[in-house]
This record gives sequence, C-alpha cells and structure tokens, in this order.
Amino acid sequence: MSRTITINHVTRIEGHAKIDIHLNDQGKVASTQFHVTQYRGFEKFVEGRPYYEMPAITARICGICPVSHLLASVKACDAIMAVTIPEAGRLLRELLHCAQFVQSHGLSFFHLSAPDLLLGFDSDPKLRNVVGLIEKYPEAARDGIALRKFGQQAIERLAGERIHPSWTVPGGVNQPLSTETRDWILSGLPLARSIIRRTLKTFKAMLDGFPEEADSFGNMPTMHAGLSDYEGRLQIYDGIMRFRDADGKVVASFAKPTEYSKYIGEASLPDSYLKAPYFKPLGYPEGTYRVGPLGRLNAAESCGTPEADQELAEYRQRLGRIVHSSFFYHYARLIEALYASERMEELLNMPEILDTHVRAEAAVNCHEGVGIIEAPRGTLIHHYKVDEKGAMTWANLIVATGHNNLAINRSIQQVAERFVDGNQLKEGAVNRVSAVVRAYDPCLSCSTHAFGQLPMQLRLLSASGETLDSVTAG
Amino acid sequence: MPSKISIRIDGELINAQSGASLLDAALAAGKFIPSLCHMKGLSSVGACRLCVVEVAGVGRLLPACTTPVQDGMNVTTQNDKLRRYRRTILELLFAERNHVCAVCVSNNHCELQALATRLGVTSVRFPYTFPRVAVDLSHRKFAQDQNRCILCTRCVRVCAEVEGAHVWNVVSRGVGSRLVCELNRNWGDSRNCTSCGKCVQSCPTGALAEKGFAVEEMTKRPEPISRLANLRGVHS
Ligand code: SF4
Ligand code: FES
Repeated sequence: MSRTITINHVTRIEGHAKIDIHLNDQGKVASTQFHVTQYRGFEKFVEGRPYYEMPAITARICGICPVSHLLASVKACDAIMAVTIPEAGRLLRELLHCAQFVQSHGLSFFHLSAPDLLLGFDSDPKLRNVVGLIEKYPEAARDGIALRKFGQQAIERLAGERIHPSWTVPGGVNQPLSTETRDWILSGLPLARSIIRRTLKTFKAMLDGFPEEADSFGNMPTMHAGLSDYEGRLQIYDGIMRFRDADGKVVASFAKPTEYSKYIGEASLPDSYLKAPYFKPLGYPEGTYRVGPLGRLNAAESCGTPEADQELAEYRQRLGRIVHSSFFYHYARLIEALYASERMEELLNMPEILDTHVRAEAAVNCHEGVGIIEAPRGTLIHHYKVDEKGAMTWANLIVATGHNNLAINRSIQQVAERFVDGNQLKEGAVNRVSAVVRAYDPCLSCSTHAFGQLPMQLRLLSASGETLDSVTAG
Repeated sequence: MPSKISIRIDGELINAQSGASLLDAALAAGKFIPSLCHMKGLSSVGACRLCVVEVAGVGRLLPACTTPVQDGMNVTTQNDKLRRYRRTILELLFAERNHVCAVCVSNNHCELQALATRLGVTSVRFPYTFPRVAVDLSHRKFAQDQNRCILCTRCVRVCAEVEGAHVWNVVSRGVGSRLVCELNRNWGDSRNCTSCGKCVQSCPTGALAEKGFAVEEMTKRPEPISRLANLRGVHS
C-alpha cells in the first residue's frame, strides 16, 4: 500500500505552500507535489487602470521586495512611453536595486536560513529560529540585523519610504540624489562589506559540514538563467538574458525584453496556483531552469567587481564552473551581496549620478512594454499591453519563484527520497524538506501575486490516498 | 452695502457680513467646520453635508455652506452628535466607491483622506459596494477615475461658473449618480473642454488628475481658481 506525506506550511518563507509526499507500496517515496495555495489575480484586476499606476499597484504584491516590482514595472512603463531614461535616473534605479539586494539577501541569509546552517538541521525546532540564533550566535545575529538595517536605510534615504517607495516613476525617478545622501550611503558601505566578508568566511568554513544536504538539496543538472552584460558580467537592473545548460554552454540569449516569450513558456500545474515557466525550445518539463543567485552566477561569466570576482573564482574552484546543488544558493547569495555592496560604491562615485536631470516625460507611444530585472530571488518579468489611451488591457507577470517552480519540485523529491522514511514525518526530515524550499528563498506571495505570509503544510499520503501524517511546519 | 450683523458660534460672539454663509462667517472667525463640496469662489450646493451645524431653535441640522447668517443666530459647530454624523458621512463616501489610497495619485494630498484622518475615521462600518465604474483616459492631458469621485460637483461648477465651458454634469440618482462629460461623451471627444485643467485643480480627490503622475505625485492648487472667481465676481 503506498502512502502520502504532506508538509503543511513550510515556515520561514514568504507566502503559503503545501507539500504532498506520496509513498509507494514499499513505503518509499514515490512522488512529491509542491502546491501553492493562494491566488489573487493581479493580472485581472489591473485591467482598465492607467499604465502609470502599475508600479504602485504591483509593488503591493509583496512587502519583502517591493523595489523589484517597482523597477520591473517602471521599466515596462518606460517601454510603453518608448523613452530612453536619463542616465542619472538609470544609475539611481540601479543603486536603489543594489541596496535592496543587500537588504533582501541579508534577510534571507541571516533571518531565514542561518538558523538551519548554524544551529543544525536536526536542532530543536523551538529554538531553530532568529531567537535561538541570537542566543547562541549573538555576533551573527547582530551582523544580520546591522546589514539589513543598512540596506533598508539606504533605500529610505534614496526613496523616502522604506516599503513601497514612490520615488521610482515611469521615465526615471522623481528626485535627484543629494550629496548628503550619497555621502551617507558611502560612509555606511565599509561596515556592510565587512559583515558580508565575515559571513562568507564563516559560511565557507562550515561548508564541509553538510555533505548530505549539498548532495541532495536539488543536486541535479538543469539550465540556469539570468541577466548579464555583453561581456557576461552579472547585471541586476538591466542586461542580456542568458540561458546556460548544465554543461555550461550558452544555449540562448536575448537582449530585447519583448523576446522573452520566444524562450519562456508557462505551464499550468494541477493543484497549484503557481505556473511553471520552462525553456520553450526544450519543452515542458525538460526545459527546467533555475534563476536567482545560483542561476545568475552560473549564467554569468563574472561579477565585474574585484572582491566578488575573487569570491566567485573560489566558489567555482570548490564547486565547479556550473554549480548544480541548490544548497549553494546560500553561498551564491552572499557573493551577490558582496557584489551589490561593491557596485553601490562604484555607482555612488560616478559624478553623473548627481545629475539633476532624472526623468523623461512622454505619453503612450507603444502599446506593449516588457520590463525585466533580476530581483534578489531571480528574474522578474512584467509585461503590459495598453490601448491607445494608456488603459491596461492585459498583463503578465513572471516572478522568480515561478521560474524556479519546476526545480523546487524536483528538489523536494530528491530531499524526500533521501530523508523521508516510514509512515511518520520525523522532525529532521520535515525541516529538510522545508529547508530545500527555503534555499530558493521563494516568495510565494509574489508568485501567485497573493498577500500574506503564511506557513507551509506537509502531508504524507499512502498509495491509496489516505493521510498517514501531517505536519504544519510553523 | 452689506451690513454687519452678530451671531454666536459655539458660544463666541462673532461679527459677520449679512448675506454671507454660516460657513464663510465661521471660517473668517477662525473656526473649523469640515467641508468637501464647498470651494471658495464657487456657488454652494450643499452636496456633501459635512458642514452640518445646529442652529438654536431650528429642529434639524443645517448645512453651513448654504445657510445665510442671520442676526442673533446661535450656532453649534462641534458636539458629539455632529461629529458622529460627519464621520458617518465620510464612511458612506468610502463605502460608495473604490477608494484605494495606497495606489492613488493623490495619496497624501487628498482632501477626503485628510478629512477622514482629522475626523478620526479609522474604519468603515458599512459594507463596501464595490461598484464597477469607468475610468476615462481619453483626454490627452487628464485622467478621470470615478472610483475616487465623491460627487461634490466642484468640477461641474468650476467649469460652468469660472471657465464658462460647462463640460461636466451629473446624471442618474442616488448611489447610481455619475459624473458625465457633456451628453455622456468621452472626455477626449468633448466639444467644449478647453483643457484648462480647472476641474482637475478643483477636484478634492484623485478622481480628476493629470496623466502620467505616479502615485502620490498629484498635488492640487485650487486657490488661484478661487481668486480668479472672486475677481470675476462669480460668487461673492
Ligand atoms: S470628479 Fe472630483 S470634483 Fe468632480 S464631482 Fe467627482 S470628486 Fe468632485
Ligand atoms: S460643504 Fe456644505 S454641504 Fe458640502
């Protein structure tokens, strides 16, 4: 008789998800299913709204990375206005985005994943959280808080408001950068960077302690995708989208955002509101690819900033040119945080960034616009269509967690096969299944464009469909 | 020559011009009476009822904007009952349309929002009606979004009385009332609109706004229009 395990409410992720683990007659894992159970339908209710309201509306999709939606949205709006935005506006948007990377990667690493990594996957679940971290590793917890605070404050200084800043507007930004703000951010960067360096050092020293996790947390050949420039240097605000296969060969790349639909198809999965994008030329589900820190560093040739490139070289030396295990999302995330902090300094030292011409104005010049950026969690695509008056007629949003949907599914299966045993959900197994989901730092609110931060649920089901065990991790 | 008369507002003796409205007299004396449909320089219509006050000896509440002062009047502008009525009116305005401040061009610069904050409206006790109302983006420069319209008719009056174009009207009745452009045309197809923008500057909410402004960016300046109206002697 085969059975199913459900993990309800995977904790420490943003959003709401459910995992079913089906056992076969031998009591071994037969298959797993990752369901995202919220739905909000942003695409539908924006119909008829003026396109220039989209940044504000879509920024409400998520309280964790509103800046990403804002930026993808204003880029889509720029395309509808068919304008090239002033250079200073472009640099300032990138600067804001880098600050968000520092903030968001800081949150993901310290608040959401460090408890597993530092306290151990099998440690007491009651203490395996930020509170436990503060108790046992106060310096690490302090570092995490300080890093996040720096990123948040930089965003606040730039955009005036921590969450949902209205500073980024179609055509550019609505205020130039003051020298005070520039100097304030510059003065905070050394501390931020020393925290990231320190964390990288700690992380690298622990790497060898997780052989099983490294081996089974989505350790599989897939394609990887992300933005980089002509020379292959990592880009997070604007660039060429590249797909690289598991052997490291670039299989496709496009510079024009509108071309995304040639390469990315979207499959609907049963029982999940999260669509599953796939690489079209290979079809579904063969065209599985990963985005986010791991995917980006695999897709890019280099970071393009000195310290991050050094770290990247070491990372590749340890793990290979293409890193296959999703366990190393954490590692890649730290390298990216370093990159973002270095890039902030580069940007702030460019004299053009203080230019007061920061916004282009125009009306509707194009009936369709696509904006693509790299959100901290991965590639984010906003695609809008408007009528001649500028009213939205259609929208499609593809978010990072969507791109990773197929990979997350496969990773869960791998972890479950390794760690789930018998008719009961043991704590260590439950946590590892949730942890592999967390490695992707998924934002399920974003992916279904739903609100709220809800935990995840796991179910263990027999072959005949009866529930053997069920856990709400949280 | 208007003569001086005296009235009592909240116990205080105040001199007023005969023929002035209670609202103007109170404002001139530095009193606060909430109002939305009133705009200096335009005729008063008593549409929003936020300015209701008690007048001693009158058995019902009177809108201060359309009630002329009379010698010896004794007026109460603030008490629990009036505050309750005013809050209820605001709640009904919110329930009647789809006001989503967070994504509105007028967020933080909206008279409706500011008044709700000032009068302590923290929640709406009535079920929202979520009406389906049109957004008209056909005008080259301006956008009209009736999700945010409170039917104050300031736009109707400013256009008719100051600009002389009379582009705006209200059709239907009760909760079905809607603002229309001329005989129900798209704004962009209007024959009379001069694109002066006076309606936009007069609108207390984000219902009329300039196109292309992002959230929170639309600030309005009705004062020059009031001064112009006074110069032209539209309504003194
Ligand atoms: S559009 Fe504005 S000014 Fe006109 S009636 Fe509605 S709220 Fe009043
Ligand atoms: S201000 Fe008097 S009724 Fe609106």
